[in-house]
This record gives sequence, structure tokens and C-alpha cells, in this order.
Amino acid sequence: MSVLVYAEHDNQNLKIETLKTVAAAQAMGGEITILVAGHNCQAVAEQAAKTNGVSKVVIADNAAYEHQLAENVSLLVTELARDYDHIVATALTTGKNFMPRVAALLDVAQVSDIIGVESEDTFVRPIYAGNAIATVKSLDSKKVITVRTTGFDAVAADGSAEIVNLDTVTDAGTSSYVSEELTVSERPDLGAASVIISGGRGMQNGDNFKLLEGIADKLGAAIGASRAAVDAGFVPNDMQVGQTGKIVAPDLYIAVGISGAIQHLAGMKDSKVIVAINKDPEAPIFQVADYGIVADLFEALPELESKL
Amino acid sequence: MKILVPIKRVIDYNVKVRVKPDNSNVDLANVKMAINPFCEIAVEEAIRLKEAGIASEIIVVSVGDKSCQEQLRTALALGADRAIQIETSETLDALNIAKLLQKIVEEVQPKLVILGKQSIDSDNNQTGQMLAALTNMPQGTFASVVKVDGDKVNVTREVDGGLQTIALNLPAIVTTDLRLNEPRYASLPNIMKAKRKPLDVKPAADFGLDLSPRSTLLKVTPPATRQAGVIVESIDELVDKLKNEAKVIS
Repeated sequence: MSVLVYAEHDNQNLKIETLKTVAAAQAMGGEITILVAGHNCQAVAEQAAKTNGVSKVVIADNAAYEHQLAENVSLLVTELARDYDHIVATALTTGKNFMPRVAALLDVAQVSDIIGVESEDTFVRPIYAGNAIATVKSLDSKKVITVRTTGFDAVAADGSAEIVNLDTVTDAGTSSYVSEELTVSERPDLGAASVIISGGRGMQNGDNFKLLEGIADKLGAAIGASRAAVDAGFVPNDMQVGQTGKIVAPDLYIAVGISGAIQHLAGMKDSKVIVAINKDPEAPIFQVADYGIVADLFEALPELESKL
Repeated sequence: MKILVPIKRVIDYNVKVRVKPDNSNVDLANVKMAINPFCEIAVEEAIRLKEAGIASEIIVVSVGDKSCQEQLRTALALGADRAIQIETSETLDALNIAKLLQKIVEEVQPKLVILGKQSIDSDNNQTGQMLAALTNMPQGTFASVVKVDGDKVNVTREVDGGLQTIALNLPAIVTTDLRLNEPRYASLPNIMKAKRKPLDVKPAADFGLDLSPRSTLLKVTPPATRQAGVIVESIDELVDKLKNEAKVIS
């Protein structure tokens, strides 16, 4: 038994989500290899080599992989897949993009977004936006799997795996990178933060999200938003927490001016502790919150910031 | 150029899903069904490309039993030119759906295939990418902007950190994200006209493919429910609870 785990990174840093994906891979059983595909990504391979429970890191360093283009990456992973029983990636936008290509090229089905591993061939995954939980047994000889990291705790980073360089270059030549507009923030990523404070339609406009910043800075928190706030144009979509945005499960989730639509709950209800601040005592968010406070957020937020 | 838009019939997004008491699956008896919202966005994008003079014909296709003709008719009412139903009473894995769609791509020869990024029932997010691999086409998934430019299409994608724009050689596959467009409603005259548009039915068995299942659904259970907690009276009490009871801040 052997597992290939695809590393999520930005050519400089390994994403913590990969450490959670490795935890899922350990539950599948067998020797674990991490693949780092990118360009000038040696630093990522070195970080990946420290991942606990990993026996080998394979690095494919080539311009063809710099932007994680699905056409090129899927050819590489498909070629390596010969030697592995499980091919596993994180269910973030990169893994979601290229993994089904790998599955189709291998002529196997994919099991998406797993939150639990029952055995080497049986997995647990949410369906219907988390309103039902399915247990699925894969009948294929090779398993192609993406992992929703909120279901797993990160493994430690105190190991020392060997790093092997790979010369294979798979360039399909059918797609190319044009540009990128990434949100620059000093705060942690939504996927990696242990505390998240999110604003909803109750914030009234984008400027008022500043009220969340002081609290976020004091708690080392990431700032998120509901789809209602994104659709109203208050903040960009990459801040969205929910079924159609990011799925998060921090230690502390503070929902401010968020009513608690099903689609938002689907993205945050696995958080350890949920706090809701809303002036409407009937808001559904209070039904999932551990601590609720019925208050006008424009008074509650400055007071909360001053008392932290 | 021709655009192919595969669509899926799913539970209406407003309906609350219930798990069957025997945990065999969710209960879909007598619930309202609709076009998967992401597929609706795909149909709308194809129509806009036709209105802009870029597309010449829009073909919609769905895999399912006779009931999915209702969603194909809706797509025709919205502006698609003709429809294909691949008839099967089986619930097929995404890979098998992609293999059937590959046959339609070979027959229709579209320059662009636009699909929803995922269906809101199985939440797989696989079919578009699998079809791209099988047809050896490049893919632009999670699209928020699609611009056809000669023999290329530029796709702006919603990625974790923000937006990424890539250029794909045509023919290509695009999968839609929510912000690509806001779908229109079908007008009554167009709903009437759609009844006379061509809808071909092709049995799935006629394609000569091995469509045997790749997975078994062992059980479906309701998600763990969260207990409602307490309502605190003041910010002081909240901060105290978070520090001393939940111990999530220091």
C-alpha cells in the first residue's frame, strides 16, 4: 500500500492544509510520498520533508508547473500514479481543478471532499451542501481522492523525509497563464486561521468591515464574510465562507450581522466554538451558536475590541 | 461556433433535504426539481455568447430518465437551439457521465463546452474536468469571466487567494462559478416556442460504453446537529465565557 499526496503551495510556502491531507492519507494506510510540483519551489520541498509520517518527497520543478495549470499537472500526477494505490489532494481550488482530470486519465472514479476515512476503500463525504453525509465504497483499483481538511487535524512537522528530484516535464501546451489578482493581507488565510470573524449583510457596507479589523488584529484572526455581504458588493468573493465559498472549522468563529442562511452554515458549522452577534433575536444563527448576544453590532464591536 | 452545454436535473435549491429513515439515501419523492443553478449559469453564458454573435448554435444535453426533458425544455425556452437527452434510469458516476458526454462532443464538435462547476446534490465537482481530460481539451474551471478571442478563450477563475486568468486554446471546457452572470427568466412566448424545438432522445446503452458503477453508496445519514448555546447579556459576559469557559481566547 502506498499513497501519493499532492502538496498545496505557492512555490514558497507549503500550505498547512497539506499537513491535514497527510493525516487523511495516514488513515488510508501505507507509505506516504508527497509530490511538490511547481517552479523554484525547493523551499516547499524542504518544508514538506519535515511532515511527520512521510517517507519521501518528490519534487518536479519546472516552469510548466509554476501556475498549477491543470493540463500539465494532471499529466505529471497520472504518470506518477502508476506506483501508488491512493492519489490524494487537498480539496482547495488547485486540487479540485486538476484531480478529476487525473481520475479520468486513469479511468477511475474520484471520491471528492472526504471528511472521514472508514477503511482503505470506504470514505465519508458531505452531499447536498452538508445536509446529508454519505458513506461511499470505491470499487476502483486505484483511489483518487480529494480531502476536505476541516475533517482532519494537521500532522506534526518534525520529520525528515528524503527529497528526490524528478526530471519529467509534462507540458500539454494547450493552456497558459495570463495574470493573477491575489488579495494581499497581513492576516492569516481563512483556511489556516484558528480564529475567524465574519461579517454579513448587517455590516451595511464595505467600510464598516473596518470594525472587524481591530478585533481580528487582537485575536490574530482572519476576516470572512457571508455570501449576502459578497453579493451586496461589500467585500471580494475570496472572503466568502459558505457552501459556495470556503469551508472552515476554526477554534473560534465569530459571526457578526449574519442571519445564518443554510448556505453559510454549511461553511462554518464544524467550528469548535461559534459566537453570534445579531440584533435580531430570531436569527437562525443563534440556533448553532455556543454564545449569542442580541445587540446592535455598531455598539457591540467597539466594546468587544476594547475589552479583548 | 457551436457551444455544448451539459445540464443536470437536481433538487430545487430552496428545498430542505431529508434523509430517508432507512438511511439508504435522501428522500426525493415529490420534491420540486430544477436545473442545477450552476448549469443555469452555463446556459446563460452560452446565450450571451450567441447574442454577442460569437456562438452560432447552442446544444443542451442531459443524462437521465424522461423527467430531465423538463429541464432541457427550460434551457430551450431560455435560448438554446436544440436538446439531446441521453436516456438512462441509472444514477451514473461522474466518470460515466463524462464518457457519455465525450461521445456527444465527438458528434457535435463544439468549440466550447460550458458546464456548471458542480451539482448541488452530489457536490462532486468532477464532470467538466473529466470531460476535458477525455476529450484532451484545456479547461477553465470556476469561471467568473469568459472572453472568446479568435482561436483562444480567456477565462478568469475564482481561486482560493483571489482571481487567476488563463488562456486556453479552443476547443475548450469552461465550468461556471456563481459570479459569471445572473441567469434570465424564460418568457411565456419563449416557453411556448421551446415546445417545438428539436429534442433528440438517445438511449445510453446505444453508445457501447461500459457504464458499470465505480462506487457503492453504503449509507446516508443526517449531519450531526449542533445544540444551541446560551444568550449572553453583555460583552463582558461574552469575553468572560470565551476566556474561562470555552478557553478559546487568552
